[in-house]
Amino acid sequence: MNNRLINWFKYASPQSFYPLAGKLIPWFAAAAVVFGAAGLWLGLAVAPTDFQQGEGYRIIFVHVPASWMSMFIYLVMAFWAGLGLAYNTRLSGMMAQALAPTGALMAFLSLWTGALWGKPMWGTWWVWDARLTSELILLFLYIGFIALQASIDDPRRADKAGAVLALVGVVNIPIIYFSVKWWNTLHQGSSVSLTKSPSMAALMLWGMLLMALAFWMYSIAVALYRVRGIMLERERGSEWVKGVLQAEGTK
Amino acid sequence: MNIHWQSFSDFLAMGGYGLYVWGSFGVTALILALEPMLAVRRRNQLIARLKRQLRAETKSAGERRTPPTPNHPQ
Amino acid sequence: MIGMVGAITARDLRLAMRRQADIVSVLFFFIIVASLFPLGVGPEPDLLRKLAPGVLWVGALLATMLSLPRLFADDYRDGTLEQLVLAPQPLGLTVLGKVLAHWLVSGLPLALLAPVLGIQFDLAGDALLVLTVSLLIGTPALSGIGAIGAALTLGLRGGGVLVSLLVLPLYIPVLIFGAGAVDATVTGLGAEAHLSILGALAIAGVFFAPWATAAALRISLE
Repeated sequence: MNNRLINWFKYASPQSFYPLAGKLIPWFAAAAVVFGAAGLWLGLAVAPTDFQQGEGYRIIFVHVPASWMSMFIYLVMAFWAGLGLAYNTRLSGMMAQALAPTGALMAFLSLWTGALWGKPMWGTWWVWDARLTSELILLFLYIGFIALQASIDDPRRADKAGAVLALVGVVNIPIIYFSVKWWNTLHQGSSVSLTKSPSMAALMLWGMLLMALAFWMYSIAVALYRVRGIMLERERGSEWVKGVLQAEGTK
Repeated sequence: MNIHWQSFSDFLAMGGYGLYVWGSFGVTALILALEPMLAVRRRNQLIARLKRQLRAETKSAGERRTPPTPNHPQ
Repeated sequence: MIGMVGAITARDLRLAMRRQADIVSVLFFFIIVASLFPLGVGPEPDLLRKLAPGVLWVGALLATMLSLPRLFADDYRDGTLEQLVLAPQPLGLTVLGKVLAHWLVSGLPLALLAPVLGIQFDLAGDALLVLTVSLLIGTPALSGIGAIGAALTLGLRGGGVLVSLLVLPLYIPVLIFGAGAVDATVTGLGAEAHLSILGALAIAGVFFAPWATAAALRISLE
């Protein structure tokens, strides 16, 4: 237990996390490609037609993973932010900052593919359904986080301010979701809901899970890549960054 | 694991939902390709900038020993 | 404890009274925004009655947001805020006092002004009443949540736009239940359910937001 704790703190310093992340990125990227290829094969080539939605349902193979990741990344971001506030570790804030753009892109993809799915299925690009609306608000929260961090020059303050915002956002997400849900159902029975997906054949389910894994691996790889850049920028002037820069030159 | 499609044009048409399905997959692929590319470009720019700074620092530190050389971008 | 909160509130109120133009301009903003809508969508009373809850609530939301930067900016500039942060009293209570003062000069007048604008939108008497009550209950939550945004963006360039980016998404539940209460009255359903949820949001906002604001202020002043 004690040993593990020490190991954790060892990797909590940018200096030792930087090479570790560098070693991990190719693996995560490769895993993303492999899972993605398998998922696409299952989803686009093998999976049967849905008896209700025809071939249009295949959007699920990108829509659901993107939606999951957009929510999951926000939680992870808030987790790192909270860790950073509580223990004042340098790495946490950098992780949160590295995750935010990917999370925002996932939220955007979720909305985009949702619109393209909604048009043929419900006959409209957009419905003010509880899920759609809260996904849109999630995108706003990401954008607020990114904008706040971008406008603060001092990285320590940016980290902490972003952390407070991310945590306030986490508290608000369930409130927002239920308020939007109630708001809609009060007016009319929600005619459309993504939860009512058709009972999916095992193949479809596997395809979706593989795609979700691929998105997951992709997000980790990109976030780690980005955090390495943030580390170099923030720790410029330190000896280890100079060493890294010299090593980069020899390549 | 039989392939579901009869022909390639069948595959492209997606039972009439081609525009929506490929619109979703296409934009997803585009974004998942663009984001790493932008990240790589950003990182290369950052490294170039940090190296310039490093060189400027070491130069100003060792100015008396070596004559200044014109700074050419790489 | 209450005395301390009251002292802060009284001080902020005195300061606000010296700059009445700020208060009045927020109110005029609300009036102008609400008056623009009939000009934009046309004068049909049925349509206006339908739009009124949303328009008036969004207007109040935006007006509140406009007045947010004022919450800490003056104290920040003259160094008072730094002393308040260093003072032995819990910072959360200080913030609570400031939030109360902010509500008294923004939320309260907005709520009292709203029925006048509601008449422009052809709202009936009971709807006007519920509109006022919902704003009275909901605007404290707006001041509380807004204080977090104001504290986070303290002293930043482009702070005004940034505040709206941070705060408006968090205002959505308040907007939904506030406008929902009025809407429910207009359509003949009871407004109690909406109002009680709004009350819960306001209580949570007023009691928890000051502590998050206090954390944000400490970060901004570091």
